[in-house]
Amino acid sequence: MRRLEPAAIGGVMSREVANFRTFWKSSAFSSTVEPVIYLLAFGLGLGATLVDRVGGIDYVEFVGTGMVATAVIFSSALPAMFGTFVKHRFQHTYDAILAAPVSVEELVTAEMLWIGIRAGIFGAFPLVVTMLFGLEPRWGMLLVPLFGTITALGFAGFGIAVAASVPKIDQFSYVTTLVITPLFLLAGTFFPIDQLPEWAQVAAQLNPLHQLVVLVRDASIYGFEATDWLRLGSLIAFALVMWRIAINRMRACLID
Amino acid sequence: MAAIELTDVHKSFGPIKAVNGLDLEVPVGICLGLLGPNGAGKSTTMRLLTAQAIPDAGSLRVLGHELPRDSKVARARMGVVPQLDNLDVDVTVEDNLRVFARLYRVDDVGAAVDRALERARLTERRGAAVDELSGGMRRRLLLARGLVHDPELILLDEPTVGLDPQIRAEVWSLVDALRAEGKTILMSTHYIEEAERLADEVALMAEGRIVARGTPADLVRKHAGRETAELYGPPERLAEARAAAEADGLTVRPAGPAIAIIGSERSSNGEVPEGAVRRPASLEDVFVLLTGEELE
Repeated sequence: MRRLEPAAIGGVMSREVANFRTFWKSSAFSSTVEPVIYLLAFGLGLGATLVDRVGGIDYVEFVGTGMVATAVIFSSALPAMFGTFVKHRFQHTYDAILAAPVSVEELVTAEMLWIGIRAGIFGAFPLVVTMLFGLEPRWGMLLVPLFGTITALGFAGFGIAVAASVPKIDQFSYVTTLVITPLFLLAGTFFPIDQLPEWAQVAAQLNPLHQLVVLVRDASIYGFEATDWLRLGSLIAFALVMWRIAINRMRACLID
Repeated sequence: MAAIELTDVHKSFGPIKAVNGLDLEVPVGICLGLLGPNGAGKSTTMRLLTAQAIPDAGSLRVLGHELPRDSKVARARMGVVPQLDNLDVDVTVEDNLRVFARLYRVDDVGAAVDRALERARLTERRGAAVDELSGGMRRRLLLARGLVHDPELILLDEPTVGLDPQIRAEVWSLVDALRAEGKTILMSTHYIEEAERLADEVALMAEGRIVARGTPADLVRKHAGRETAELYGPPERLAEARAAAEADGLTVRPAGPAIAIIGSERSSNGEVPEGAVRRPASLEDVFVLLTGEELE
């Protein structure tokens, strides 16, 4: 048998799809309504009172395009962390799947793909909402779900690795506070990175969410630059590294 | 060729030797009951067979495939019914089966699901969400899920643990049907009645290894003799009777509030203590005799 069999990966994903059909409404609701709330609060609230334009564009467009990254991380890292932990520790789903001809590598790959694709689609919602606030459509926007998916793959791997590493579910609060929130705030969603101290600008360059934000703004507003290839490459590298880490962590956790 | 061949298998978790020099061969076409108390190493053995545990030492072959190297190929040909209910509760009965038919690479998923539903007598409930099912239906679905690809070898891990008698009887009838089809079954259990009722052969497991093996009747005849005398009474009376029986070379074990004198037909005067009740020797007598453990 091949190391990564499409049938095994497809089988695991079909389980996710079957389950998603039972909760897609609530999931889609939070993924679409949340960015609207953020847009109203920051884009219109802050934009109308304190900040008019940033980086040569309306603040609402600045925030709206940046919100793609927020939607991507919140619909990839968090579901990966909680979903994996619950399926492993409480539902024992992975014991059932691994008793079938599925390897840990295939299981993790399938879980990452499913979360990545879903988060890539959810990540495009804020862009659609921002169009309602005046953002002009551009062909480059069609690439946004792809950028979102690639980034979400990395964060899905991150979430799975975290879930496989913590002994108790309440320890996720350390991860959300110390990792996810700083990444989310230092992505360039709400304010431009180039206004920050130099160390923070360097840190932001290492933040996959910041790379995604720049790619989304270039795709939607400014137009692509040659350095975007580097940004895309770094997101792919992030996803690949997280994929291997997630597999190793899950193997240690699932195989005695 | 045996369906399962384990040779001198060891598996430790820290200082605990869960499996300690296990030799086990399961011929094709029989139902072998792996009987032992909690902690005997039965579940670890089951996990070793699905490569969810990797042995520290020893050789494992399942359906001719070496584990853990070729475990995926082996797993494609076997079905596993776990001890814990790990069904997807929010989705339908049919979806649970469909997912696993795909995981097992079944060619005609629809036909396989129909067969599995029929086997588990759940055809009428195919569209119901699992959390709407009764406990017995869920257990039958768990069995059907493990059989959806019509496997050659079936691993049943404590198939009726924690179930009420009625549901247990339902599960037993399904296992009986599998035996009638000539499937090879390895069933771990800590219920003596279950092993006696379903297994062609029983392997008694304790402290990570097999301590005796045979048909239930052979095991009883060989290790416990023909009859056991059970005596109830105050502690002093039991202590006195125990001492006398042991002086006579017989083995005595506690049996709840009573004592059981095993092989009482071999007493030197052919008699049992006054007030003792003679009964046929049982598999439980054998197990306690060989392991010193009490069973449920």
